[in-house]
Amino acid sequence: MADSETAVAVHPPGLQHHFDDSAQQLESSTLGMWVFLVTEIMFFGGMFASYTIYRNLFPEAFASTSHYMNVTIGAINTGVLICSSLTMVLAVRAAQLGRKNAIILFLVLTLILGLVFLSLKYVEYHEKWEDHHIPGPGFQYADPRYFHQAQILFYLYFAMTGMHAIHMIVGAGLLCTLIGMAVRNRFSAEWYTPVEMIGLYWHFVDIVWIFLFPLLYLIGHTS
Amino acid sequence: MSTLVQPHPFDVETKPNYLNVDYGWKSWLFTTDHKRIALLYLFSITAFFFVGGGFAVAMRVNLLFPDGLFDHDTYNKMFTMHGVIMVFFFLVPSIPATLGNFLIPIMVGSRDLAFPRINLLSWYIYIVAGIFTLGAVVRGGVDTGWTFYAPFSTTYSNTHVILAATGVFISGFSSILTGLNFIVTIHKMRCPGMTWSRLPLFVWSHYATSLIQVLGTPVIAITLVLLGLERVLHAGIFDPNLGGDPILFQHLFWFYSHPAVYIMILPGMAVISELVACFSRKAVFGYAFVAFSSLGIAVLSFVVWGHHLFVSGQSMYASMVFSFLSMAVAVPSAIKVFNWTATMFRGSISWDTPMLYAFGFIGLFTIGGLTGLFLATMAVDVHVTDTYFVIAHFHYVMVGGMVMAYMGGLHFWFPKITGRLYPETWAKFAALVIFVGFNLTFFPQFILGYLGMPRRYATYAVEFHTLNVMSTAGASILGLGYILPMIYFAWAWRKGPLSPQNPWKAKGLEWEQSPTPPPTFNFDHPPVVTEPAYNYAGDEEEVTHG
Amino acid sequence: MTHQVVSVKTYVAVFLALIALTITTVAVSKLELGEYNFVCAMTIAVIKASLVFWFFMDLRRSSSMTRLFAGAGIFWLAIMLFFTLSDYFSRGWLGLSKWW
Repeated sequence: MADSETAVAVHPPGLQHHFDDSAQQLESSTLGMWVFLVTEIMFFGGMFASYTIYRNLFPEAFASTSHYMNVTIGAINTGVLICSSLTMVLAVRAAQLGRKNAIILFLVLTLILGLVFLSLKYVEYHEKWEDHHIPGPGFQYADPRYFHQAQILFYLYFAMTGMHAIHMIVGAGLLCTLIGMAVRNRFSAEWYTPVEMIGLYWHFVDIVWIFLFPLLYLIGHTS
Repeated sequence: MSTLVQPHPFDVETKPNYLNVDYGWKSWLFTTDHKRIALLYLFSITAFFFVGGGFAVAMRVNLLFPDGLFDHDTYNKMFTMHGVIMVFFFLVPSIPATLGNFLIPIMVGSRDLAFPRINLLSWYIYIVAGIFTLGAVVRGGVDTGWTFYAPFSTTYSNTHVILAATGVFISGFSSILTGLNFIVTIHKMRCPGMTWSRLPLFVWSHYATSLIQVLGTPVIAITLVLLGLERVLHAGIFDPNLGGDPILFQHLFWFYSHPAVYIMILPGMAVISELVACFSRKAVFGYAFVAFSSLGIAVLSFVVWGHHLFVSGQSMYASMVFSFLSMAVAVPSAIKVFNWTATMFRGSISWDTPMLYAFGFIGLFTIGGLTGLFLATMAVDVHVTDTYFVIAHFHYVMVGGMVMAYMGGLHFWFPKITGRLYPETWAKFAALVIFVGFNLTFFPQFILGYLGMPRRYATYAVEFHTLNVMSTAGASILGLGYILPMIYFAWAWRKGPLSPQNPWKAKGLEWEQSPTPPPTFNFDHPPVVTEPAYNYAGDEEEVTHG
Repeated sequence: MTHQVVSVKTYVAVFLALIALTITTVAVSKLELGEYNFVCAMTIAVIKASLVFWFFMDLRRSSSMTRLFAGAGIFWLAIMLFFTLSDYFSRGWLGLSKWW
């Protein structure tokens, strides 16, 4: 065929025209995702700072409120997220190897585990609602000495875990998109960048929980 | 056609460039070309500038009279909306989103930014944010001050705080995405031969700006979330009546908002480096020092925020540390000013309009920066904080500094962006009007502040009357000065003489290797860099040996 | 960036370490260690996070620039925490009464 002589080199899959080659594109995407995760560190950091300050200002109230934290659910959720990190990294690995069915399997498992986390979170929040521990007009607290301080601490609890849960929900949505793309054969060993990027995001959300769990659930019981 | 005689620009008009390659609103609203996105930003940012300026006019009219003109609540809304719009919708995005977006890919020798679609997204996010904020204006405005201090903003204000805070929150994402795009582009998309040490200082300063955007903006995002949540729930996190600490809000707010002022000024400094080099026909003195001082400013900017809390109840010891560090952050800025001045020494200076603005910047920014040191000195700050001294200080750096740099940059790169030349005489006249108007507006405010006139007050003691009238007179002149360029730029874009590729004979990829105006992918041939930046000395040799 | 693919064994090993550390941190929290409860919990959390960063997020094989950015994020968080806390911790030093 005369055309093959003058044909342009095969266009690497997924390569966008403003990049010179796939390596530059992958490096750019990776750096871009890490820069975004740095913004997430600072975003959650503001709440961690507020929490640290109030924990130190109100040690007795903090000890009092920690009895209402459901350590069991928290610990199970930690385990669930760690499992989901494993399945996520195995999904990325499957993408590196170009194994379509494995990608889909591990992504689906990650999604299911994420949804398990969110369901347990719902159970926990429901418990708090029944105890009237949601800040606002309906807030009640058993120990009147710590009413205001406890409300502030619960506000921070909901702000931090709620923001984390929102990030999990976004992550679940992203996983659905990835599963859709995998089903439609978009990924190959040459191009699987979205899987890797969303994997980084998912692991980061896991890391936030790795810090949230001890700070909110474990410390304070014995102070 | 124009009646001016000029070097004939070949077939500039018919040659495809990023402006004429496609027409129609879809080609603009769905573009991924960084140059078109820069223009989208240019028009929206200019619109916000005049809205924010309108509020300023209203304030200065009110301040013509010691007893004020509007009622106090209305005045509070005016200074709040002036601040919110100017800070978040003009100053923070201005140079990076317009000149930065347009020039950085060309300056590094790339076809576009690393993430063109994210670039477009960041403009849409900016517009949505603007809609929320203008919504707050339309619904009656907000009266908390642009600083949204709690517990007034969380508990006592009965204006649309959440609407305005949402607008600011969303605008933060626009800023973050721009910064992210610049960082990755500068790291990964430099053309062959473009090493870090050959980058224009414009790029270095924007890199430093992007670092601040990425590290700081998320904190104001979470602060506004906590503010909104508190306004709804009244849990008490910032309310002393309910056990909370209002100073915590100030810490979280200023952790971003102080670095934010460096987000605003570093791009201005970026422009000045380019202007001073070109119009002195000399490489910037101490390139490495200027480059690293940008990074130094970015880092130090994050450890000085407590100087906004000196009289709020922050501990004396923390205040001392912040005061000391605030002195330190002045050093890299001073290094830049010295180096620009040294660049001009024994240079061949020409007085084109961009250089006029650069001179204005260097003088006025120095005054503004030095008065910042007065404010960093705790004992002085107790006297002048929350007075017009502070207002004069930041307007000197922001308007006398940043906006002048912006104007200088717009004039300098106008031929590159539009392919046409602006009328130089009118431009010089406008620059002069702006300079006179600016100083007349804001220098009296230093005196007013020192004499004790508080800021954010609708009325004032009678002895401040004369200075306030002077300030308002200056503001009218300044306003006129800003309207003039709108008129002649608009005229020049349609009817101005066509520009040659390099009207300023400047160095840099955007002038030497990219057509004027550039094609969609910036270069006709992939650029290769072989010279150091600002290689004006190379030209000198050609002239003497010619 | 064509790397060798990491083995499943490595990932599972890290996973098991993370689970073990979680069990440890819960167990330790039940002991009465006073201030050391916080130190232990944070140390274990930092180790867990490091494992995730290093192995799952592949910082082990990433460029130094990527690692620099990750480190910078953590460093900046430290700046925010340190300076803000320095205000609160030094407030009592002048002997003035508490603000609340």
